Amino acid sequence: MCAVLRIIVCVFAAALASSAAAQNDETTLAKLIRDLGQKSFAKKSEAIDALVSTGDRRVVTVLEAMLARNLFRRKADGAILLKFDKDGKAVFQDPLNQAAVADTKKLKKVRINNKLRKKLRGVIGSLSLQDKDPAKRVSAADAVFKSRVKGMSGPLQAALDTEPDDAVRDRMRRALGAIQLVHSSNPDSRIAAINTLGDFIDPDVRSLLNSLLVKKSDGVFAEPAKRVRDAAAEVLHAAERSAAFWDAVQNLFQGISLGSVLLLAAIGLAITFGVMGVINMAHGEMVMLGAYTTFVVQEIIRTHAPYLFDVSLFIAIPSAFLVAGLVGVAIERSVIQFLYGRALETLLATWGISLVLQQFVRSVFGPTNREVGTPSWMQGAIQTAEGLTLTYNRIAIIIFSLVVLGVLLLVLRKTWFGLQMRAVTQNRSMSSAMGIRTGWVDAMTFGLGSGIAGIAGVALSQIDNVSPNLGQTYIIDSFLVVVFGGVGNLLGTLVGALSLGVFNKFLEPYAGAVLAKILVLVVVILFIQRRPRGLFALKGRAVEN
Amino acid sequence: MKRFGKLARHLAVFGAAVGLMMTTAVQAADTIKVGVLHSLSGTMAISETTLKDTVLMLVDDLNKKGGLLGKKVEAVVVDPASNWPLFAEKARELITSKKVDVVFGCWTSVSRKSVLPVFEELNSMLFYPVQYEGEESSRNVFYTGAAPNQQAIPAVEYLMSEDGGEARRWILLGTDYVYPRTTNKILRAFLNSKGVKEDDIMENYTPFGHSDWQTIVAKVKKFASAGKKTAVVSTINGDANVPFYKELANQGIQAEDIPVVAFSVGEEELAGLDTKPLVGHLAAWNYFMSVETPENEAFIKKWHTFIKDEKRVTNDPMEAHYIGFSMWVQAVKQAGTTDVDAVRQAMYGQKVSNLTGGVSIMNTNHHLSKPVLIGEVQEDGQFETVWSTDGLVKGDAWSDYIPESAKLTADWTYPWVCGNCVKPNHMTN
Amino acid sequence: MMRRGFVLPYLTGTPLGGRILIGVLVLLAVLVPALNLAVSPDSMLHVPTYVVALAGKYLCFALLAISVDLIWGYCGILSLGHGAFFSLGGYAMGMYLMRQIGDRSVYKDPVLPDFMVFLNWKELPWYWSGFDVFPFAMLMVLLAPGLLALVFGFFAFRSRVTGVYLSIITQAMTFALMLAFFRNDMGFGGNNGLTDFKDLLGFNLQSDATRAGLFIASALALAAGYLLSLFIVKSKLGRVLVAIRDAESRARFLGYRVEYYKLFVFTVSAMMAGVAGALYVPQVGIINPSEFSPANSIEIVVWVALGGRGTLHGAALGAVLVNFAKSYLTGAAPEYWLYFLGALFILVTIFLPKGIAGLISRAPDSRIGITGIGRRLSQFFARRAL
Repeated sequence: MCAVLRIIVCVFAAALASSAAAQNDETTLAKLIRDLGQKSFAKKSEAIDALVSTGDRRVVTVLEAMLARNLFRRKADGAILLKFDKDGKAVFQDPLNQAAVADTKKLKKVRINNKLRKKLRGVIGSLSLQDKDPAKRVSAADAVFKSRVKGMSGPLQAALDTEPDDAVRDRMRRALGAIQLVHSSNPDSRIAAINTLGDFIDPDVRSLLNSLLVKKSDGVFAEPAKRVRDAAAEVLHAAERSAAFWDAVQNLFQGISLGSVLLLAAIGLAITFGVMGVINMAHGEMVMLGAYTTFVVQEIIRTHAPYLFDVSLFIAIPSAFLVAGLVGVAIERSVIQFLYGRALETLLATWGISLVLQQFVRSVFGPTNREVGTPSWMQGAIQTAEGLTLTYNRIAIIIFSLVVLGVLLLVLRKTWFGLQMRAVTQNRSMSSAMGIRTGWVDAMTFGLGSGIAGIAGVALSQIDNVSPNLGQTYIIDSFLVVVFGGVGNLLGTLVGALSLGVFNKFLEPYAGAVLAKILVLVVVILFIQRRPRGLFALKGRAVEN
Repeated sequence: MKRFGKLARHLAVFGAAVGLMMTTAVQAADTIKVGVLHSLSGTMAISETTLKDTVLMLVDDLNKKGGLLGKKVEAVVVDPASNWPLFAEKARELITSKKVDVVFGCWTSVSRKSVLPVFEELNSMLFYPVQYEGEESSRNVFYTGAAPNQQAIPAVEYLMSEDGGEARRWILLGTDYVYPRTTNKILRAFLNSKGVKEDDIMENYTPFGHSDWQTIVAKVKKFASAGKKTAVVSTINGDANVPFYKELANQGIQAEDIPVVAFSVGEEELAGLDTKPLVGHLAAWNYFMSVETPENEAFIKKWHTFIKDEKRVTNDPMEAHYIGFSMWVQAVKQAGTTDVDAVRQAMYGQKVSNLTGGVSIMNTNHHLSKPVLIGEVQEDGQFETVWSTDGLVKGDAWSDYIPESAKLTADWTYPWVCGNCVKPNHMTN
Repeated sequence: MMRRGFVLPYLTGTPLGGRILIGVLVLLAVLVPALNLAVSPDSMLHVPTYVVALAGKYLCFALLAISVDLIWGYCGILSLGHGAFFSLGGYAMGMYLMRQIGDRSVYKDPVLPDFMVFLNWKELPWYWSGFDVFPFAMLMVLLAPGLLALVFGFFAFRSRVTGVYLSIITQAMTFALMLAFFRNDMGFGGNNGLTDFKDLLGFNLQSDATRAGLFIASALALAAGYLLSLFIVKSKLGRVLVAIRDAESRARFLGYRVEYYKLFVFTVSAMMAGVAGALYVPQVGIINPSEFSPANSIEIVVWVALGGRGTLHGAALGAVLVNFAKSYLTGAAPEYWLYFLGALFILVTIFLPKGIAGLISRAPDSRIGITGIGRRLSQFFARRAL
């Protein structure tokens, strides 16, 4: 496949570069485009090759549409049409001259498979090296790196010379190094290429260098010259060392992100449990309600205002807070208020509530998972040259959890409501004697805790399933974090969550996911023996009951 | 008097409790009862509720066409709540108390294994619609889902081929239970037989519902950077798939670089995912909703009308129930009775048109002959078929790639009459 | 002299509910097997076999509930992880039954169970040895949960972990065990658990006679567990336990070694739960790690709360009623049974703090009981009106 691609792109590049009177025969082009609609994938591949070798610039648009699955074949006469989105409506046009087409009956998408996709990406990528958008130039350079076609070294060098952006230039150097390594016949220039590539130790580069050291089926190394192999091995070795360091950094990031998830899930519980002494087994269901609110908000946006999708989460957060908070207040007024002082009874009653809520959600939304999409600014990741991958959604969740914690601390310390809440926790009867409406404060506190759980649900919907069972997966962990960190202390919850998360993630590469989790549980159990009230325990008589 | 009143009250409550325990429900005798044993709550409800609705739809359809043997058919639904001992209890209730003639049910292998002794003891019939690990062939169960040779092996063959990307290095990711373990054992033996070395295979197991995939996806990337084209074979089950695919997408793993083929991800699971970043990843089934045949379109239309929701999808286990139910109805008509032994004999050789345009045949090892389809995920949550077998593949209960199983044969007709023998039971000289 | 005076007050000191419980158990142990085996299946009086198995299961749950009531109702230790002890006893029995299968398994290996064969294990791990001998297996039924309780309780009570903290770490314990047993590499069958049992002590598990025998054994175990618990709570030790429940610090300052009392009763309770598990497994035919799940353990506490905490017969009653309701509702109203169950828990916790046993044995001027409920309801509405 690579050989063919090499030849035809070579020809195409030559055709472009020469800009000679290219063969612009409309009928040939049209016929080749029609060939794209054939059933067999192999024949489609040939049609792509042929199209590219015509050298016509309009071919790029057609191939891009094919990759994006916007190419359709009309069943009646086999004509190929291009789909184009105009103001939310689908418009079909002729691929060559962009004329609108009226007869759009019985259209079928032109199918592609992974192999074709790879080919198309390679071809299109190579042709976008001089695009206006720097992001497109980066992805073009990366596509050239992946396809490593010899004929691209010329255009690549040309683009490199005129490239203003440093980051884009780096990616182009990387791609150029790959082409030199694979195609140059001179071992010295191959070694030079290896040294260039040594600046980039991401997995793809390592894969390329490793492929030199692989033995083919006949026992011969893929790379014949020994000193080239040695150079590659040396670079890889150096890469391993620094890779170990970056692996640890990656683990740390993963641990912090796990900790932030635990923090979000547990913080609402820290309030209801710590401040009010209420064991709320329905806390997981509050998280679930928040996740489902996100789903509903996104559904509404999808059908009525698709342009709002990227801010859907910002709309979902206050909605989830309201929904979960109101449900929390309702639970408190109807059930919890009769059970104050009886922590263990609240456990049982809220367990019953959790069953009812789960079944309710199951009946209304169905038992299957619901799709919650990720806004575009949260998709993808930062990929550093060292191979570190920091996914945007987890970065967002880390920041978000810290913001929520901060806001909560502010509410507790600086607001009048927070003062009342703390007073009621410390001495209920005295606060009541001082004129504080303890019933109202209780309801609002429970509502606050539940509302925070709802917000946590918005965040969790981005990384986990949205199903009626969502709550069950987080309830045990939430309790462990709160108890480990110290009941009644929000900062303790923060420290507890982060330490448990990091500890879990550092164990995981060595022990596997399950053993790591078990070890974390055992550590918490042992820790509670040493400090029965958690990391940061509240002291005082009122707490001892 | 007070003491007597107290005593009476105590006795009343105890007596009521005991008495209620003893009552057995008496059912009307003039309908044919079909049992539905699928979880409607708990962790498996996500997958199994759809199957309950499918059976209800099929029964409804049958009644509209005039019923069976002149009688109406009634579906008896129970909820075993994803609780394995409760499965056995409910199965027993369906057979002895509600007197059903056949049961359509189960999803996980545990649930099937826990009801198996019940069905064998009471001689009833279970139709099991889910792809599974094989290594079983019971006289009382008909397996309408795929065995490993109808799903796993063709998928790996496709990935090895030029069309599939010529993968040379393999990562086997599974949930830690018997289906992935057995499937991976079979696949490892198969790969070894094709010349793949041990250090080109990585196996990893995670618990059910595992939600933090960062470490494992990073491991996948690392393993794939050794210079050979790598593919991932995923037997990850249920809920864990959603965070797994999300992490794959976010860490930038594209299907053209490291394709992932899954055996437990169907249209229903994709409905809970944003599928745009997943385009190009694969699944292997015997049925896809996107296959365009008149039978499939009619089935989908019927399903949408029944469930009153145009957005619901159909999937392979639903087709398996469709095939199983149709075969059962045909067998009952052929035998003239719903008696289990007679219907069983009539089942062998039953043919039903697939929804994908071929024919399924019930073999004497209680497994079907079905076509295999490999499909790629599309943005709209459907699969696009990229490869299919030329003909039907006969389900093999005892994989040839596991030494202990290779010598076993399942054949419930004479002279074998057994589900796992080395030689026929009744050798005539 | 002391002997006679010791037994008689003990017998007459049994509360009315307890006496009824024993009476009903004796009656069931005789009637149910008789009606199942001796009466023909067509008669109205015939008790179907599945009811026998079901009733036996309920009795095991009742024993489990009593074990939880013993430590919670009488000593204030809320264990949200008692399912772990139940399951450990169940696994011990399950391991014995697996060894009994021998070469009648699918892969026909005389020593290794099926799941070990397909995991490519060559020999039995050391912790499986000895389980082919019934007395050893029975000893392990008591020892495995007992030892775990002893170790766990020793460290927990010595560090004075109480109340909610103790409950949470018992949850952590059972959750960790669940994760561990789900691992196929642990050698306990992983998610499939231990199943496909053939016989127990030579008796075929599928036969009606064996089921009846297991039922009688469950009834006897329940009666024995009840009497043992009663003996403990009525003795002087029981008084100390109640003192610990009501005012732990004060009991400590009075000189009682609180940790040892708690440890004793916790271990006894764990062993009772283990026995319940061991009798449960042959009657349902499977033991699987999801029995370790925290949700199961919370359910046990709900049974006790519903039936009546602090009255042993109440716990048994609660277990039977809730499980019967579950069995009935999952058949009669499969789409809605969780609503009923949830509502049941909520209503009982609010309106019946002493459970159903409290409802029955109402004191004339108490706030609970049927008239008590009426009073509470009117108070509730009166408060709304204000």
